[in-house]
Amino acid sequence: MAVTVAGADVGMHQKPPRQKWRPLENERSLAFLLLLPTLTLLGLFIAYPFVRGILLSVSSARVGIPGEFVGLQNFQRLMTDPIFAHVVWNTCFYTAVTTVFKLALGLWLAMLLNRHFRFKAFTRAFILLPFIIPTVLSTFAWKWMFDPTFSVLNWLFYKLGLISSAINWLGDPDLAMLSIIIVNIWRGVPFFAISLLAGLQTISPDLNEAAAIDGAKPWQRFIHITWPLLLPVTMVVVLFSVIQTFADFQIVYVMTGGGPANATHLFATYAYQLGVGTGILSMGAAVSLAMFPILFLIVIFQLLYIRRVETR
Amino acid sequence: MIEGAIWRRWVFFYIPLTLFLIFLLFPFYWMIITTFRPDGELYRPWRAVNYNPFWTWHPTLLHIKYLFTETMFSTWLVNTMFIALASTAISLFCGIFAGYALSRLNFPFAGSLGTGIFVTYLVPQTLLFIPLSEIIRNYKLGDTPWSLILTYPTFLIPFCTWLMMGYFKAVPKELEECARIDGASRWQAMLYIIIPVAVPGILSAGIFAFTLSWNEFIYALVFLSSPEQKTVPVGVVSELIRGDVFFWGPLMAGALLGSIPVAIAYSFFVEHYVSGLTGSVKG
Repeated sequence: MAVTVAGADVGMHQKPPRQKWRPLENERSLAFLLLLPTLTLLGLFIAYPFVRGILLSVSSARVGIPGEFVGLQNFQRLMTDPIFAHVVWNTCFYTAVTTVFKLALGLWLAMLLNRHFRFKAFTRAFILLPFIIPTVLSTFAWKWMFDPTFSVLNWLFYKLGLISSAINWLGDPDLAMLSIIIVNIWRGVPFFAISLLAGLQTISPDLNEAAAIDGAKPWQRFIHITWPLLLPVTMVVVLFSVIQTFADFQIVYVMTGGGPANATHLFATYAYQLGVGTGILSMGAAVSLAMFPILFLIVIFQLLYIRRVETR
Repeated sequence: MIEGAIWRRWVFFYIPLTLFLIFLLFPFYWMIITTFRPDGELYRPWRAVNYNPFWTWHPTLLHIKYLFTETMFSTWLVNTMFIALASTAISLFCGIFAGYALSRLNFPFAGSLGTGIFVTYLVPQTLLFIPLSEIIRNYKLGDTPWSLILTYPTFLIPFCTWLMMGYFKAVPKELEECARIDGASRWQAMLYIIIPVAVPGILSAGIFAFTLSWNEFIYALVFLSSPEQKTVPVGVVSELIRGDVFFWGPLMAGALLGSIPVAIAYSFFVEHYVSGLTGSVKG
């Protein structure tokens, strides 16, 4: 507020060159004007669809048929749907396993990149490629590598003497899950590595040097210095990654389409299959909304944890 | 800075780093080699003798030719470019203004609005695509580029706003005060003093938003239906697969060529991209 007073004061003594348009001078009305486009777009395409989604999920709407209010019937049906139970388990398993590996590998890669070596900037730029390139397109390269008949991975394992018959990567339920987990880890490691590297670079090397002089071993320095100082960044990166992975669609859609026999469906792909594939909008909306409470809990839990870590 | 014996350097540094690089970059190598490999070499069973999958002595441009003559790939490229540029422009416009308001102006509910925008940042696209497809249809936007140009900003604006807030906060208050003492209006001070200082932030937000909208898939998949309206990711998925038959040559050519524009944009602004990425995380 001090700014306004100072500005107005001076304005009275020396004549302003031009008449100032009042709404642009008042802080409140200027803020309102500046926020208007953002609030309009977010209201129209986030808040309104959210309300529409809730209304859809308690109706019997299909494509072209508005449907009527049916209460919580759709959710009750989901509770007894064996595929949905599988979807919940798959999504949690997929999110948990990939996050652990992405964090471990990402941290390792970040620590490798935190040293000085030739072509460092070059390496760092190349490492981000899996994150930059459209996921659908790069996932196709993986699907081609996992092809049942022409898999280059099978060829490689065969030549190395590890296998004698072809591995049917995407045809077996467990291997299909393993395959999408590998692709997700591949896509996520660069994001973890680069974000954690930025965190590592804010840690003063003096701390590590001082500890080394005091006789701390590398792993002791990691546990007592690097890890605690990196924790706030780590938590935020994990938060983003968990949300993205939990709501993942593209990798599963391209690799398996949810198959074989619904073994790899996640919330988003199952919602797509019900809502867009078979046209039962209400059930589709119910499945994707079922993500919301879980996502909400994850966000609340992690934000509280981040706050605790930061104020410590 | 790499200390210790040579074998330690290899075991703890060079070998792990090389393995990481192979893991992260091999799919792209595979994409490139498949693009230029003739069909006869492509579809050979993995146990065939004298089969070398990692190189070809008979490079061909047939797959790329197929892509441009038999499919609407060039149209998809133009569509994707137009949609990505337009939605990035809209998001920057909104994000810069909103970021300025939230970081430098005093008004009621500023804090809760900021939190609200951060929360929308965490809303994944897959949560809302079904009701949104209905709304798009009701607004008569279905199967037009506008269905995407208007919806992409919903996940770009929160990020742009968040990033710009960080940059605006770092500009000292005195800079703005000086301009206003010299007679600049609030609007002029913002336009000519604050925003120019934040240009690196705008570039970061812009390049990040561009890559995000180039990569978006599920909205494009659900909102667009006719082949001439599609974006590259959706076009490649829907037009190069017929039932169970995958045209792997053209598919990989499409994946490669569809990735090149975004890779070029990225290569020019690597530093900005990285600071956008890390800024988006740190806030």
